[in-house]
Amino acid sequence: MRRTKQLYSIITYTLLILGALLVVTPFIYMVSSSLKPQSFVFEMPPRFIPSEITLKNYTEALQTDDFLLYFGNSLIVAVSATSGTVLISSMLAYAFGRMEFRGKNMLFGLLLLGLMIPPVMLIIPQFLIAKELKLLNSLLGLIVVYIAMNLSMQTYLLTGFFKTIPQDLIEAAWIDGASQWRIFWRIILPLSRPGLAVVIIFTFLYSWDEFPWAHVAIKESTSRTLPVAIALFQNQHLTEWGQVFAASITALIPVVIVYVVFQRYFVAGIATTGMKS
Amino acid sequence: MSFNSNPGKVKASLAPSENPTIKYVKTSALIQQFTPYLFLLPGLILFLLFIVLPMVYSFRISLYDWNIIKPENSDFLGIENYSTVLTDPVFGRAVVNTFVYALVTVPAQMILGMGVAVLLNQKLPGQTLFRTLYYLPVITSWVIVTLLFEFLFNSQAGLVNYVLQSLGLIESPIRWLADEYLAMIPIHLLGIWKGLGWTAIVMLAGLQSIPESLYEAGAVDGANAFRRFWNITLPMMRPTLVFLFVVLTIGALNVYISGLLMTNGGDPLDRTHFVLTLMYEETFENFEFGRGAAISYLLTIIVFMISLVQLRMLNKEVDV
Repeated sequence: MRRTKQLYSIITYTLLILGALLVVTPFIYMVSSSLKPQSFVFEMPPRFIPSEITLKNYTEALQTDDFLLYFGNSLIVAVSATSGTVLISSMLAYAFGRMEFRGKNMLFGLLLLGLMIPPVMLIIPQFLIAKELKLLNSLLGLIVVYIAMNLSMQTYLLTGFFKTIPQDLIEAAWIDGASQWRIFWRIILPLSRPGLAVVIIFTFLYSWDEFPWAHVAIKESTSRTLPVAIALFQNQHLTEWGQVFAASITALIPVVIVYVVFQRYFVAGIATTGMKS
Repeated sequence: MSFNSNPGKVKASLAPSENPTIKYVKTSALIQQFTPYLFLLPGLILFLLFIVLPMVYSFRISLYDWNIIKPENSDFLGIENYSTVLTDPVFGRAVVNTFVYALVTVPAQMILGMGVAVLLNQKLPGQTLFRTLYYLPVITSWVIVTLLFEFLFNSQAGLVNYVLQSLGLIESPIRWLADEYLAMIPIHLLGIWKGLGWTAIVMLAGLQSIPESLYEAGAVDGANAFRRFWNITLPMMRPTLVFLFVVLTIGALNVYISGLLMTNGGDPLDRTHFVLTLMYEETFENFEFGRGAAISYLLTIIVFMISLVQLRMLNKEVDV
């Protein structure tokens, strides 16, 4: 019996490691290519461990190619869109989960409709509306659209979360004369940290990685975010893969940090969103 | 939502609101009535402006030869944009490419995802590390992974050609992205590779919600591992599998960034377009906004119908 169990473990590990290698190899190759001098990027046979390591691709990408600026743009957009989404969707969720008002079911249904629309379908009218509102070529134009695109999912998630908060706590505060805003701010939000963490992670990653909207909305080079800047850079410098990957890894670092730090919320979030069917 | 009593109701029962002579109660009742709407206001404005209005606006645009400089000068075409698109062979090809992409990548992700989920569910030490590794492509921007695959499938010095040559599987390097059929291989592989981690983690959540006692009962009845998987795991996983099937299909039909970057939309000769890369080209390169809007509307209708059919078929089987 113990023998078979050991055998099972060995098979499981072998398969897991093989799969993980297939998944991770491209990333390792990307890191190694970013550390190679330009002339070695296409060396044959390909090497996973560079024969000569240089940080030149990184310094060039960040200094001469303005990727530091794009990094800053991405950071501004992702942080603002995330804070905006957290605040606005939790306000919506508080109203939908904790209040009674006329038209509630209709409005909630309308909001859920947003879950079913393929996002790229909205790009053309969003482009024209943003043009009217002078939001093209501005980071604000990215921020408001990212918030709007996230509202349905995150409000849905938080509404469920807010409903689980015990009624007693809210009633006690109410009797003490607290206003709705105070209850929302002082009781609901602090008690919902795990739910808010899920919202923060997903919105941050979405805003950090988003390409289709930023690609059509930003034409001025100074307002580019990282995904757009990386794609356009590669398009113009077809062979400078070292710099492309140096920029890519710079863009990837915050994502990996966020993922590793908040890993447990990730799994919880996926479990909740995965159950919505 | 009815089980959820709210502070408004509590207040109503505590405060002497039935006494209309006290003025402040009246005002506070008025404020109370409006409070929910104040909480809704910022969200609803954004949602109406950037989600609901675009849905309606998009349909309007699709009926015109849309003039982006002076929209009021646009010519009304009726359904002409739709008929132009539907009779365009490039659109036909794009639809075929998009469906093939879905038919390949969705089952592949589900089968491989189930495999990874079952392995991760053995709860062996190191599970967290593996979960992180498998999830890495999911959290990486589509732009980065697309460029990475373009590099790996580079014809002259790409890693893939090198490996295939060293294994003796091919004699000379393959020019993957120059051929309309071969170009689909890196695009499909990328779709599977990027989506696998998410699929696996959702499935893992489903697996972990199956009560252990069912397996114990199965083992007592003498069912082997395969039978237990077939008769316990799969039926119990049904809601998760249906959910993934529908969501992955929607995602696959919306394939966009990988096509746009890897083959510049449709190279060679508009043969590798997907529906959305064609939408992008018509709209933002040819400035045919009306035609682009028609394409995106057609895709939305296709996506809706397929989701409905999937849900109906699969849910019916559950009832039987």
